[in-house]
Amino acid sequence: MTAFVVRRLAFACVTLFAVLTLVFVLVRIVPGDPAQLILGDQASREAIESLRHRLGLDLPIGEQYGIFLSGALRGDWGVSMVTGQPVIREVLRVLPWTIELTVVSLMLGIALGVPSGVYAAIHRNRLVDYSVRIASLLGLSFPPFVAAIVLLLAFAIALPWFPVISAQSGSLSAWYRSITLPAVSLGLITAAYITRVTRSAMLEVLSEDYVRTARAKGVPWNAVIWRHALRNALIPIITVVGLYLGILIGNSVLTEIVFSRPGLGKLLIGALNQRDYPMLQGMMVIYTLVVVLVNLLTDLTYGFVDPRVKLK
Amino acid sequence: MSGMSGASARPAAKAQTPLAYFAAQTLKAFNTNKTSWIGLAVFLVIVALAIFAPALAPFDPTDQNILEKLRPPSAEHWLGTDSFGRDTLSRVLYGARISLVIGVVSTLAAMLIGSAIGMLAGWHGGRIDTVTMQTMDVLLAFPSLILGLILVAMLGPSMVNIIIAIALTSIPPFARIARAPTIAIKEREFVLAGRALGFSDARIVAGHILPNIFPEILVMGSLWLANAIRTEASLAFVGLGVKPPTPTWGGMIREGFENILDSYTLALVPSVSILVVIFALNLLGDGLRDAVDPKLKGET
Repeated sequence: MTAFVVRRLAFACVTLFAVLTLVFVLVRIVPGDPAQLILGDQASREAIESLRHRLGLDLPIGEQYGIFLSGALRGDWGVSMVTGQPVIREVLRVLPWTIELTVVSLMLGIALGVPSGVYAAIHRNRLVDYSVRIASLLGLSFPPFVAAIVLLLAFAIALPWFPVISAQSGSLSAWYRSITLPAVSLGLITAAYITRVTRSAMLEVLSEDYVRTARAKGVPWNAVIWRHALRNALIPIITVVGLYLGILIGNSVLTEIVFSRPGLGKLLIGALNQRDYPMLQGMMVIYTLVVVLVNLLTDLTYGFVDPRVKLK
Repeated sequence: MSGMSGASARPAAKAQTPLAYFAAQTLKAFNTNKTSWIGLAVFLVIVALAIFAPALAPFDPTDQNILEKLRPPSAEHWLGTDSFGRDTLSRVLYGARISLVIGVVSTLAAMLIGSAIGMLAGWHGGRIDTVTMQTMDVLLAFPSLILGLILVAMLGPSMVNIIIAIALTSIPPFARIARAPTIAIKEREFVLAGRALGFSDARIVAGHILPNIFPEILVMGSLWLANAIRTEASLAFVGLGVKPPTPTWGGMIREGFENILDSYTLALVPSVSILVVIFALNLLGDGLRDAVDPKLKGET
């Protein structure tokens, strides 16, 4: 087990390094001088030069890369051009909101998706199966902001059950009221993905010999499904959940905008609109960290769920 | 798809041309899941509506009329008007053009570049393969919507830049899907035969491997076209779309969202349009995938 964990950790470090390099390159291949872009066309030569110096853009490219890498790893991501606050402080301030939304949506997606996928698989080619397949295909066709707007129209405007702006906290009921619509809009799309992968993974497993054997020796059908079959179908499900978390984090940007919810999304869009380069760079680093961490967790879960993985 | 070599075993009198063979396979794939036909039909109708938008649209999509602003649906304006008094129906029709052009061009580019990368990696194997696919995995790990947002914001929101950003974020899946079959096929007899005949690598890859993996790439293409259209709309929704007043669905939803308390149709009409296109493409691709996916072959 230790060797397995060490190997996965090493791979995560390589990935992290690669993506950080990608971020560095990305910010620098953009046509035009960032200092010029930030200050506009009317800026004086001196002002541009001094900003270039402040951003470290006048240093040799290798040195910039070194400063960027060590800074990224130490949590020193520079200072926001707009607020003057350290980027990391701004990011950490809103990060809990995004994590909360993502986790609740994911839970909702799993709670809805796994049972419906299993149910569709064991009723293969029957009406329920077709309905579940069409419904899940429709679900994953929803752009996240469209789902959010439709829910907002239905349950905050037409039927005023939930607040239009969801950023309350404090009491439990306020929390529930503010998170329900954003989490449902993301959770339903997540559920659609999970339903589909659960269904196809279950179909594959249900045709295996050991399932037939279990049935033949008289194991109750329910136990066959949930203990024998689903356990073996978990690997592809976890793969998709892990991959999907990256998409979910991306989707949450739009959901946060629609529901005026604080979080990385609002911070990102603000930074994009104001061309806050240090902030953008820092946000790419945080997204990278989150994604690498999620991938690492997914890999480790494999080893936990399927002992065979550790041996490879 | 492995029937290429099987076809020659038939009596020579009725030898199928490659094109006829391809058409027959396509037809079979469509008939595996009837929902593919529905998806294709709906998608073609939308393409036709987009092409004939200038003839069909009752108004100029950018014509403003402040006296007629935020009107509900009526006999004159079937789907109402927006906050500048522009006809929503006309804007939705014209908006389809932007969505489809950006979606199709960026997906085609990603298909071409991605499959080329995947085939080369699979064909060469070894270190080239490892490094290339590792790079693709890293790109794939990063949330594509966020990468797209940042690329467009930095390059500037123009049609070409949006296409570049969406294409870049869609390359890795095509590389992946092209690589695996290339590795499997390069060990097959007909590739060996080609080599024995002294064919160049390029000729074997283009002439003998590409046709074999083409169906899978095409199916992926329809699913990623759906994704590209969704990404374009998302970009436009946060203000990184093709510049107004050019109508785009994402941009219209943004405007509708800003006026959501005054007129619900304004956001709903383009939202439903996007949903219909994406759903149609998913129906099409998903139905065809069952026919193309070797793992599922022989089932249903």
